[in-house]
Amino acid sequence: MTDSFKQLIDKVGLPRLTIILFLVALMVVATVNHLPTSMLLSNSLVRIGMNGVMVLAMVPSVQSGAGLNFGLSIGIIAGLIGMLVVMEFKLVGFFGLIIALLIACALGAAAGYLYGLVLNRVRGQEMMIGTYTGFSIVSGMCMFWLLAPFRNPEMIWVVGGKGLRMTLAVNDSLAQILDNFWQFEIFGVEIPVGLLLAFGLACLLLEVFFRSRLGVSMKVAGANPVFATSCGVDVDKMRVLGTVLSTALGAMGMVIYCQSFGYVQLYMAPLMMSFPAVASVLIGGASARKATVWNAVLGTVLFQTLLTIALPVTRSVIQGDISEVAKTIISNSMILYALTRKEGDGE
Amino acid sequence: MDNKWVLQIQNVSKEYGGNSVLKGVNLSVKPGEIHALVGENGAGKSTLMNILFGMPVIHETGGFEGEIWLNGKKAGIESPKNAMEAGIGMVHQEFMLLPGFSVAENVKLNREPTKSNWFSKISGKKLETLDLHKMGADTRRALDRIEMTIDEWLPLVGMPVGHRQFVEIAREIDKADLSVLVLDEPTAVLTETEASNLLSVLKKLAESGIGVLFISHRLEEVYEIADTVTVLRDGEMIATMPKTETKLETIAEMMVGRKIKRLGTAESGRATDDGDILEITDLCVDMPGEYVNGANITVRRGEILGIGGLAGHGKLGIANGIMGLYPSSGTLICDGEEIPLNNAQSSLEAGLVFLSEDRRGVGLLLDESIEDNIALASMISKKNFLKRVGPLPISVLDRKSIREHADKMISLLEIKCTGPQQSVRRLSGGNQQKVCVAKAITMDPQVLLVSEPTRGIDVGAKERVLSMIKKLNREKGITVVMISSELQELRSMCDRIAIMYKGTICGVLDPDAPDAEFGFCMAGKGGIPSD
Repeated sequence: MTDSFKQLIDKVGLPRLTIILFLVALMVVATVNHLPTSMLLSNSLVRIGMNGVMVLAMVPSVQSGAGLNFGLSIGIIAGLIGMLVVMEFKLVGFFGLIIALLIACALGAAAGYLYGLVLNRVRGQEMMIGTYTGFSIVSGMCMFWLLAPFRNPEMIWVVGGKGLRMTLAVNDSLAQILDNFWQFEIFGVEIPVGLLLAFGLACLLLEVFFRSRLGVSMKVAGANPVFATSCGVDVDKMRVLGTVLSTALGAMGMVIYCQSFGYVQLYMAPLMMSFPAVASVLIGGASARKATVWNAVLGTVLFQTLLTIALPVTRSVIQGDISEVAKTIISNSMILYALTRKEGDGE
Repeated sequence: MDNKWVLQIQNVSKEYGGNSVLKGVNLSVKPGEIHALVGENGAGKSTLMNILFGMPVIHETGGFEGEIWLNGKKAGIESPKNAMEAGIGMVHQEFMLLPGFSVAENVKLNREPTKSNWFSKISGKKLETLDLHKMGADTRRALDRIEMTIDEWLPLVGMPVGHRQFVEIAREIDKADLSVLVLDEPTAVLTETEASNLLSVLKKLAESGIGVLFISHRLEEVYEIADTVTVLRDGEMIATMPKTETKLETIAEMMVGRKIKRLGTAESGRATDDGDILEITDLCVDMPGEYVNGANITVRRGEILGIGGLAGHGKLGIANGIMGLYPSSGTLICDGEEIPLNNAQSSLEAGLVFLSEDRRGVGLLLDESIEDNIALASMISKKNFLKRVGPLPISVLDRKSIREHADKMISLLEIKCTGPQQSVRRLSGGNQQKVCVAKAITMDPQVLLVSEPTRGIDVGAKERVLSMIKKLNREKGITVVMISSELQELRSMCDRIAIMYKGTICGVLDPDAPDAEFGFCMAGKGGIPSD
């Protein structure tokens, strides 16, 4: 009995087991208090699909040896620009979404390339440098938002006629376009099929990539740079490629996030957005040196479900809203926990 | 005990986890004598030093047997502090200096002369003001004794290594009660002029009555300055003799010695004369500690060529340079085609495969499975083990063939493991080496460069690894270049043995050549080519 329990802990990992048990407890409390469980589940699914790709963006960066991508805000900004361009030209429907994704991907890849070159010069401190690069780019972009040549009157400040607003509503034909695609209801739970399909497709493509020669070379470069060199792998190039992939995924993840959320938030909004993504992949069992697609999926599911369910449950038990506090506590303590350990504990 | 010895080491033995590394060593140093301690890597020199200086590693592993006497008194050395108080000064191989501090601050560190002040009268000695004037003057005196002209208030940062070495010595001789100065490989990082300056300073110090214990594997400098030479091999004291009664070659021979019984020599006169497969001309490799300075050698098709020499003379640099792991220059011709250097991929494409001496660092992905370790290098450099995804133009890993191949290798090489998915970190050294060999075989080599194949693995596994390499050579016709610090190993395996000295090939010898000839070569006294 104790043996099989130990095996279970070894396999799933203590943090994940704790969170799963906590989730189960929350569900029980929710049912007992007659909360609308089906709605909670629907919301969880949407949030998983919304955030999944951004969490996935952590995987190539870790695998290539550049550590967790705390500079994901760079990709997020590329995604925002993609959305803004589409909104400026009033492109609608799937055409608009695809254009937004393409712009985001291209800008993200270009920015990721430059960011990768920077990271190659600061080996061993990528995560620290990444955090502050992210912070400074977000702040720097505040000026860009004010000066950017966007003319659509729905997007710019009413007074002065210049500069983008803080929060922009996404056009109706673009908002929730993936969520509503093939959506159906089962036992009162709405399944956002399109959104989950997009996340699934991204996972699949990334998984295939990591089984290809290039992907394995990248993994090897991250696991042991000298070994990789002796196999003829250009380690620096692999690290840049990992950062490019990560940033581009982050950018596309942001487009998916915005269309589902229905709003584009500018200025300081992207400042801390990399932290929940980092925390998610860590909750999924990754470490700063090892992360798999599976870690990203599991982490997203656990983290987002926890946040979605915890809010109404706590509200029903105690008065007041602690969801923001809970999110901050969970994500930061998870980051702290994972970074103080050397090995990944997910295997 | 009379006072004619400053330091006596009596019958000292030391075990690390049942593995005895020092066996009954006796050594005595007279005042004013320079006593040289020589031996190969792993001979026990460092352990002896650690004992002398009371390093914690000794006491954490159960202490040592035997006695140490200083100036006729038995010294119980439990910690570096004890050792210092007893009058032992140590100049370390890695400098123990603070780069941001000035020379004087480094020399007087933790022994600063102080003046009392208003605060210290209340709160005690710890808050006394430094007597900078006296610190400077003391340091100046110490520096003058070793003929250093540098300013005592310059920061250490940016100073050449040679100067730092002298600062270390100045710190030791500044200690008033210094009676023995121990130097561990002091010239390893110095240029030739710096080294010869150091040697003359040591002579002066010895003349002033300090006993000097000098550890080195550079025989020529030992021969230049030592009064007495002690040779250590495999933890045993081989001989102690006054320098005047010995010759350089004899010392070299004693150091290398006959470590293991011969495994039988290679069949001499084996027909390997199918022309040259590898031509190395003017190879220079910038590998720290193993520089190669213009080595020239050709490798014949189908032979096993040994490369030997004492540590630090560049034998490891040759293979690492050829494989593009360290910056190198020169020309490398494989099978009539010139291969660009500094490019691992091109060396691999030419069929050169390297079994690194740094198994855990370079050779393996420690946290990955055995099967991945065997297959991935071949997949990356030779595009093996890939399969198409349906009709798509994408290739992914073929897990099934990787597993089959790994199973085959595990049974072929008798790798002891729980299965192909076990991570290699958990394997023993010998089995890790076998995984490396499996990885190399999988790369389908034309020339196999094997570096220190038996380092850090137990005796049984040693023989198995060596016979495996021999088998590859005999049965698959793979040309082997084997680099090893164990001469006997080379002699039992190789058709020819090249000996490196100071980054160049000093001579190519027949494995049957007498020990003295190998000694000659290792000491840099030219050699007689075997053909």
